[in-house]
Amino acid sequence: MFSANLEILPAAVLNGVMFGAIYALVALGLTLIYGVLHIINFAHGAILMLVLYAVYFLFTLLGIDPYLALVIVVPISFVLGYGLYKYCIGKLAHGKDTNILLITLGLAIIFENAALFFFSADQQVIDVPYAYDSLDLGFVFLAVPKVISFFASLVICLLLWIMIAKTDMGKAIRAVAKERQGARLVGIDVDHIYAVTYGIGIACLGAAGCLLMPSFYVDPYTGNIFVIVAFTIVVLGGMGSIVGALIGGFIIGITESVGGLMFGESLGQIGISLIFILILLFRPTGLFGWKQ
Amino acid sequence: MLEVKGLSKSFGGLAAVSDVSLSVSQGKIVALIGPNGAGKTTTFAMVAGFIKPDAGSVTFEGKAITGMKPHKICDAGIVRTFQVTQPFASLTTLENIMVGAYHQTANRAEAEEIARAVAEQVGMTPMLEQAAEGLTVAGRKRLELARTLATGPRLLLLDEVMAGLNPTEIDDIVRVIKGIRDSGVTILLIEHVMKAVMNLSDYAYVLNDGILIAEGAPAEIATNANVIEAYLGHGAAERMSVEVAADA
Amino acid sequence: MSKFSTTSRATLAGTLFTASLPFLIADRFVIDVLTLILFSAFLGQSWNILGGYAGQFSFGGVVFFGTGAYVSAILLNTFGIDPWIGIFAAIAAGVVTAAFIGFVSFRYGLRGSYFALITLAFAEVFRVIANSVEFTGGGVGIFIAHEPSLARLQFDDPAGFYYIAFVMALISILIAMWLERSRFGARLIAIRENEDAAEALGVNAFKCKMYAIMITGGMGGAAGTFYVQKYLYLDPPIAYGVAFSVEMLLVTIVGGLGTVFGPLIGSFVLHGVNEVARHFISEPGLSMIVYGVILVAIIGFLPNGLIGLFKKRRKKQGGDGDA
Repeated sequence: MFSANLEILPAAVLNGVMFGAIYALVALGLTLIYGVLHIINFAHGAILMLVLYAVYFLFTLLGIDPYLALVIVVPISFVLGYGLYKYCIGKLAHGKDTNILLITLGLAIIFENAALFFFSADQQVIDVPYAYDSLDLGFVFLAVPKVISFFASLVICLLLWIMIAKTDMGKAIRAVAKERQGARLVGIDVDHIYAVTYGIGIACLGAAGCLLMPSFYVDPYTGNIFVIVAFTIVVLGGMGSIVGALIGGFIIGITESVGGLMFGESLGQIGISLIFILILLFRPTGLFGWKQ
Repeated sequence: MLEVKGLSKSFGGLAAVSDVSLSVSQGKIVALIGPNGAGKTTTFAMVAGFIKPDAGSVTFEGKAITGMKPHKICDAGIVRTFQVTQPFASLTTLENIMVGAYHQTANRAEAEEIARAVAEQVGMTPMLEQAAEGLTVAGRKRLELARTLATGPRLLLLDEVMAGLNPTEIDDIVRVIKGIRDSGVTILLIEHVMKAVMNLSDYAYVLNDGILIAEGAPAEIATNANVIEAYLGHGAAERMSVEVAADA
Repeated sequence: MSKFSTTSRATLAGTLFTASLPFLIADRFVIDVLTLILFSAFLGQSWNILGGYAGQFSFGGVVFFGTGAYVSAILLNTFGIDPWIGIFAAIAAGVVTAAFIGFVSFRYGLRGSYFALITLAFAEVFRVIANSVEFTGGGVGIFIAHEPSLARLQFDDPAGFYYIAFVMALISILIAMWLERSRFGARLIAIRENEDAAEALGVNAFKCKMYAIMITGGMGGAAGTFYVQKYLYLDPPIAYGVAFSVEMLLVTIVGGLGTVFGPLIGSFVLHGVNEVARHFISEPGLSMIVYGVILVAIIGFLPNGLIGLFKKRRKKQGGDGDA
């Protein structure tokens, strides 16, 4: 099992870190949605998959570079996310927890199979011109797309953090997250904030999708891969914690990379599920989460 | 019957309950009163097994029950109601009460009989077939009472069973509670409605900010200056004595 | 409830009618679909025990199904043990797996969405292990030789499988009926409605949930054996993948959570829809899209499932106490 060549280890770690930043972005949306709306968005993975397809088509049909596509995809994702919550999820859930779980599950089923129906099960990749360029750091080569994605993720996380911490909207969101009734009483339109937060969560997916596509692939089931990973990060980092999502993302990214190196692809995947189980059992509030 | 010694609980550095001791003798009705946030419900929760005390002990009929799980405490003979009523929403009133009755028997027919008898005792017979979520506030409070009674307890912990009731409903419930005591069940209750507390209880403990500030017969408590200040603030003691005189 | 109330009479009639279908319907394809409906109803009912009655939503039902399937398949292929015995091993395996997952999850007080998530993780762990281990055939899976005979629990005539599925579905309905009239069932429902209040009334929630998940486990295991005998092939995605996970809860929720006939009705409707959809458009994915839409629609407009349409009328009349 320990077939690791120690020379490859630094590369594995760095790869893990870079992937981790993207994971963090995915988890960010999820943790925000949970932290504010207190719902677990089972549709998260499926929506990411749709974004990946969108990026794919923007590139193959319109020739738009995925990083440039950020400008289009992120705002549209926000709007769609807002609409999805306002006109679908929020309306149909009647406020019950289990209902939201099922509705988002239903949406995931619809999205996944719609993708299957319209796009077929074939894996799709895009070939950006710089796909095979790499950065030579001396002891390791880093793929350029991954490096770009890494820094872009960090910037986006930072922007999001600033938005939540410093702007009025951010304040309103935090108020609703902490104390819904109280927020209502001071005049905050809670339903609107919910929809906005959901929209931001989906916008995070929009960004993640753009950053991910150059280094990855998409098929109708890609979402599933990210579901457990995203949930694990959210639980590890603490539900509702932005910093937690970022750090959790790095931890998971590295774990997956190094784990895959040492134990092989499939067993490495178990590592994440096991971490998930252990955290749920022993520290469900995660590293930075708010105490229930 | 019930001996609570030195019970304490802190939440995140805030002491909710500090060194509270009280005792309840068999067949009596004892009240636990105090302003909001005094720690009364936390004390209840510790006695009934929902919260683990940081310190202190709870003994019931000679047996230590500190920190036992709620259902085990129910086995021992203590049941509690919840301040915010917790009906089994989609079940009927009868089915709700039967859940309690099932504590005494595994047989459905018997459980139903017990449930109907308890419903009668509490005055809920007309509502038996109604869905619990459709009950009024008064109805829900009665349901809490009925459900716990159906388990056949020896000590009943009632948490603000009169909150939200109008004067007529309060009189009704007071009568019901007296009836329950007469049937052999000991009662420890948290209550804000002073009239009821005076009427019902044989003894009272007053909690403020997690600390026991007074205890004694209700009449004594009512005129205890510390108690009045705790509730109504500085200078209220004088105002109160005027009102009590007018009420008598 | 008098022994011959309307519901009982209707149920008896329905049972006899369903039992006689293979003689009334000559088209073996239809019988096959009906078999699938009954099988799905059985699987759904297994989920219903834990998810519907006890209110603990999980994606873990598939773990019991998959484990049971592997157990009986391996017993057959490697040790030559007939599936008639293998099914009991599968049931036992399901119960043990359920006890393990249940103990771990409930012991640590996981409820609601957290519980659902951890069962998802367990399913994933099992899938990866099954994919990586020798004796499960790894990613290639397990093939069962086609040897139709009663001893091997394989039938050329779909009616054979039909009757097995019929008996299983019947047993599952009887289990649910028992649940609705027993103290255990009342306690599960109380836990579903409000676990804390139930505990306060003397219900040992941990013990009850353990029993519930073990029943789910046993039923799931049995379903696994049936599947493997009928379709003669098993691999990790089938055994532990999302498909059956979702199917189990879908049929129950669409039909009616926590009801005796919910899974059956849901199964009938969903598979009926599936057949109709496939008739018109054969591309994969369409029926699942419809499933998803139905799920969302049911939650939004009929949260008590299709059965909710009937129940509403009864509650208004005061009901006569029947299931």
